[in-house]
Amino acid sequence: MYVYQEHDQRLLEERVAQYRDQTRRYLAGELSEDEFLALRLQNGLYVQRYAPMMRIAVPYGLLSSAQLRRLAHITRTYDKGFCHVSTRQNIQLNWPALEDVPDILAELAEVQMHGIQTSGNCIRNTTTDELAGVNPKEIEDPRPWCEIIRQWSTFNPEFAYLPRKFKIAVNAVPDEDPAIIGVHDIGVQIVHNDAGETGFEVWAGGGLGRTPMTGAVIGEFVPWQHLLSYLEAILRVYNKYGNRDNKYKARIKILVKALGADKYRELVAEEFAELKDGPMTLTDEEVQRIKQCFTAPAYNSSADNSELEAQLADNKAFNRWYHTNTHAHKEAGYRAVTLTLKKTSRVPGDITHDQLDAVADLADQYSFGEIRNSHQQNMVLADVANSDLFTLWQKLDALGFATPNLGLLTDMVCCPGGDLCALANAKSIPIAESIQHRFSDLDYLHDLGTLDLNISGCMNACGHHHIGHIGILGVDKKGKEFYQITLGGRGDQFTRVGEKLGPSFEADEVTDVIQKIIDLYVEKRHENEPFIDTYERIGMDTFKERIYG
Amino acid sequence: MDKVIIDGAIVDNLWRRLEGESLENALPEGKIIVPLAYWQANRDTLIARGEVAVWLAPGEEPRDLEDDLQQLPLIAIHFPAFKDGRGYSYARELRTRYGFKGEIRATGDVLRDQLFYLQRCGFNAFEIRSDRSIEDALAGLKDFTVSYQGDVMDPRPIYRRA
Repeated sequence: MYVYQEHDQRLLEERVAQYRDQTRRYLAGELSEDEFLALRLQNGLYVQRYAPMMRIAVPYGLLSSAQLRRLAHITRTYDKGFCHVSTRQNIQLNWPALEDVPDILAELAEVQMHGIQTSGNCIRNTTTDELAGVNPKEIEDPRPWCEIIRQWSTFNPEFAYLPRKFKIAVNAVPDEDPAIIGVHDIGVQIVHNDAGETGFEVWAGGGLGRTPMTGAVIGEFVPWQHLLSYLEAILRVYNKYGNRDNKYKARIKILVKALGADKYRELVAEEFAELKDGPMTLTDEEVQRIKQCFTAPAYNSSADNSELEAQLADNKAFNRWYHTNTHAHKEAGYRAVTLTLKKTSRVPGDITHDQLDAVADLADQYSFGEIRNSHQQNMVLADVANSDLFTLWQKLDALGFATPNLGLLTDMVCCPGGDLCALANAKSIPIAESIQHRFSDLDYLHDLGTLDLNISGCMNACGHHHIGHIGILGVDKKGKEFYQITLGGRGDQFTRVGEKLGPSFEADEVTDVIQKIIDLYVEKRHENEPFIDTYERIGMDTFKERIYG
Repeated sequence: MDKVIIDGAIVDNLWRRLEGESLENALPEGKIIVPLAYWQANRDTLIARGEVAVWLAPGEEPRDLEDDLQQLPLIAIHFPAFKDGRGYSYARELRTRYGFKGEIRATGDVLRDQLFYLQRCGFNAFEIRSDRSIEDALAGLKDFTVSYQGDVMDPRPIYRRA
């Protein structure tokens, strides 16, 4: 992973000192609520329903075991002993005290972590495929590009007060969208031209939230040298012309839609013409320096898989876990392993301090000391030798992280919702819990196959409900919590926004409705046909008729 | 006399920014900063008068002054609210696209915690909001000693510096 140099560390320490003084001035009454708001948000601090919520940046989801142990220590010392993996691959604390945040940031800075730009109207954490670097389908490792974007976006002086938040994602897999770049403010698709040179297909104007839509291609092939100049051009156009009067119309997607992609492309081309070949042009030397931070670890696995094959043949539970929760790897003899943070009765994405410590130990023992957060709120050990899989599975099972439900109905994505979040219209965690209980039978779950179910407690869509095959959205109707269901969203091979099923439901009806949707699917499906394919074949009306008919 | 930060020092503010009613009567003596629309309507008279500068509100871009830059010793960019970040791009354009060498002054809701970024985008003068200490604000220019990106002071990003 990227290793800090002296200047990176100095920048972080100066940031901590700056924020410590800002907090002091706020507490002394020298900064108004509104002035402090913008400053604390850009350090990750929200004030929520019951307490502040602090979001800690995990650049493109990548963590070292030392960082994970520091997070364990922080949740133990400053919070209630657990934290939450977010859909932006970050970590959230739910109960820190505002006065403690400078100390928390100082402790994080010691392990090269921070809360910089994890909220506020600025460029947020750049995200990517959690299997980046080991995914056999990728055309190259996207992480060096993510790191280059991270440095460009960190404290970029021109883009700290944008009309609204701004999210960038990078994907290096052709024909699949594991980073869901289609629904980002900017999506960067890594491509190679006929000469084998790296470039980027750059999308702009995608997003979820109140007005969900997929982005448009703005740059068809931006040569790698010009990545930052091109991003800067897109951002400058947005900074100048994005709507600042109405926060619900302030995202770049609204601007791209209003102007039309062609006009937006034209404005970007004008800015880019000036920036291209200027001092921001990336040098081969710099790209190589960053790439050197993401080289493969010292793989050393025997080619002999006979032991693994025997274990798979002998143990049905291990076999199921292996096929559900582990992934093919670039390196022969290795697998990437997902730790599912979705066991029944567990809040999706939550993890306790002692579990964080335990995962750090497992990472040291079995995966070269690195961990990744996924945007589906799971964790990944990306470099596990086949010969270690059985032992690792037993240890994960003891920790409750081996539930073989990855990609299945109970591997739900769920925001913190009305139990914790001040923005939410409705609770989401009890809905997730009720569904988990109804669908806890593993054989049944596996029979249902791949199914993305996403829950958001409000239309800000932190639970990405629009791209769930089944999406659930909490809405408020005259002070009462209701839930709207969408079907047909996708965040898999490609990204697509789901359609509304119909009128919303009360909380205690939701699980029964999900059951009816599932029953209809089981009746209508062809052999081996996943839910989303059946939905696309038989159409929304069939589901409407069953639910409301 | 009011104070202003120019090039990192607190000095007397010799310029007066005019808006609204103060433009309806005869212009006051001395150095004045007028709104863009007023400049455009009275350009020749103002040039003959001398000691005049222009201020831009959000939505008024440097492009609107492209032909006048030689005439202007100072351009002010006004921040009705510090959170409206359009002025950062305007200052940057004035410096890098139009090569403006005169003073670029931030006026309005100008506060200590934004000065570092404002300076990097090309502002070299700051009228700090009158209810805040200008001495205290001065410290904001020195919050960081290192930056990843190039900026108006040094266009080289960190990977092109020695």
